[in-house]
Amino acid sequence: MRLSPVEVSDGAVAIGGRPVLRGIDLTVAPGEFLALMGPNGSGKSTLVRAMTGLRPLSRGQVTLFGTPLAEFRDWRRVGFVPQRSSAESGVPASVWETVSAGRLTRRRLLRPLGAADRRAITSALELVGLADRARDGVGTLSGGQQQRVLIARALAGEPELFLLDEPTAGVDALNQRALADALRGLKDLGATVVLVAHELGPIAPLVDRAVVMRDGRIEHDGELREQDLSHHDHHHRRAGAGAHALRVSAPLDGLAGGPAEGRRP
Amino acid sequence: MSPAELFSLPFMQRALIAALFTGLAAPAIGTYLVQRRLALMGDGIGHVAVTGVAIGLLTGWSPTWTAVLVAAAGAIAIEVIRERGHTNGDVALALLFYGGLAGGVLLTGIGGQSASRLQEYLFGSLLTIGISDVIVTMVLATVVVVVALGLAPQLFAVSHDREFARVAGLDVRVYNLLVAVLAAVTVTVAMRTVGLLLVSALMVVPVATAQQVSRSFRATLVGAMVLGLVASVGGLALAAVASYRVNVAPGPSIVLLALAMFAVTWPVGVWLRHRSRRVAPFADEPLGHEVSDDHDHREHDHGPDCGHLAVPHDDHVDYVHDGHRHAKHGAHYDEH
Ligand SMILES: Nc1ncnc2c1ncn2[C@@H]1O[C@H](COP(=O)(O)OP(=O)(O)OP(=O)(O)O)[C@@H](O)[C@H]1O
Ligand SMILES: [Mg+2]
Repeated sequence: MRLSPVEVSDGAVAIGGRPVLRGIDLTVAPGEFLALMGPNGSGKSTLVRAMTGLRPLSRGQVTLFGTPLAEFRDWRRVGFVPQRSSAESGVPASVWETVSAGRLTRRRLLRPLGAADRRAITSALELVGLADRARDGVGTLSGGQQQRVLIARALAGEPELFLLDEPTAGVDALNQRALADALRGLKDLGATVVLVAHELGPIAPLVDRAVVMRDGRIEHDGELREQDLSHHDHHHRRAGAGAHALRVSAPLDGLAGGPAEGRRP
Repeated sequence: MSPAELFSLPFMQRALIAALFTGLAAPAIGTYLVQRRLALMGDGIGHVAVTGVAIGLLTGWSPTWTAVLVAAAGAIAIEVIRERGHTNGDVALALLFYGGLAGGVLLTGIGGQSASRLQEYLFGSLLTIGISDVIVTMVLATVVVVVALGLAPQLFAVSHDREFARVAGLDVRVYNLLVAVLAAVTVTVAMRTVGLLLVSALMVVPVATAQQVSRSFRATLVGAMVLGLVASVGGLALAAVASYRVNVAPGPSIVLLALAMFAVTWPVGVWLRHRSRRVAPFADEPLGHEVSDDHDHREHDHGPDCGHLAVPHDDHVDYVHDGHRHAKHGAHYDEH
């Protein structure tokens, strides 16, 4: 049996003395595609950051590929897409340079980029549709394009475990589909994916397992539920006229099949 | 004495070599400081190094080495304070800066050294660079340049996105301390040429100049090193030539030359950014078929030589003029 790529047992996180995550038990199976969902502030990012070691646990433990986090050194197996880049650069950086940072897990000190590195960077850029912007400064790209640069950076490292924190936020429908195709390709290759999203969109068919957080606890763990798919709909989608009007259910609604929410185009 | 004779004097040649190495090393490490938005860190280290120099003058040890040690300790303290993220971290830094400066001046007074001895280090001094100083400068500057270029991918990643670098398995703290210590070494290397109070300018101004025209980190790093080299060697030469008539210290002339290069490059940078926005291909927009009719095109045919800005748009070319984007469509032009 292969080892679980990421496992959290009895995990808790406190930030500034305030408990943010409690009683988290989560074992992700190899090759699984897990969607982490839940309202703002429910602790999704905190959980993903705890999995990478960026946020220390106040109790419990995280193991990556069977190794406790403190001893884990094989970072080439992990690819991370942060919710917001912590980049604070005062010097311009090109798209190529940013994405090539994803290869650092595989490069040895004082070695230039090899042919395999270049290939991985180029194909990562092609996957996110930014190959023609490789020489441009990251600062000159739009927010959604910058998000795609961060995805490419994680892809370039060719990891086995992807931790993606809202990779599709601010990415348009066309590129979301492209990203979904890329994720499908990774899944077919056997990669494990933990993905935070409010709106799954074209990613929904890939999801094997949905974990829904609420107030720092796991509220649901299992199948992707209808209510999770449409939960945040009205916050993000441009609502048509009347979408916000109180809806009084008509007697025939039930017969038309499914809840009214699910039928909105 | 002709300029040729002047530049063949041994002390002048020593100064030129020192300026050359300093001019390369200071912007190399300065690029990483600017990248982390720590442009003034060099200045802070410079203030702390004053105490180091004073200790050297007081004890009779080499001021260069005492300055390296004290400056490195100061740089590490700054880095630790920064990492802890104290809310009033900048106040703590200020205490360190002024403590360093005041301590240095005080110690120099206690040691009975004349102020002019300290001044050599504060504003740089051409004449007093000995052969051993030159060798130390060459060795230390080479170390700084080799590390700054050799570890560029790692140092770039750590300064660019700290959290990603950690998840990539890099020891962020070690790299941050390395940059801090290299900055301290650079400050002490540069103190004989530009002086402790102006060293930060040589670390920062060439970087600011290079990034006016560059789009990548590597171009900024290499460009800043070239500019730093030109500024320090050129500034030294200017000071030497001017010294026929007036007493010009090399430090200020180097810094002013670097600033002049920035002033010249700035409009170029503004123009380049403006142009790159205009010629960026128009993409991701549906092609309209709105016939342009607001003005006559019979006298003017857009083409490669028509003088209007031609911008690629999908499979054709748009011509930009007077706020319009015109694309040829049969006999007329469409608004795109
Ligand atoms: N750096 C921080 N300092 C203090 N509190 C924090 C910090 N980061 C997160 N929190 C708190 O932790 C809780 C969970 O935050 P988290 O970012 O994990 O939410 P999230 O589920 O990712 O939300 P979103 O959908 O907005 O991304 C929130 O209540 C937040 O206030
Ligand atoms: Mg979040």
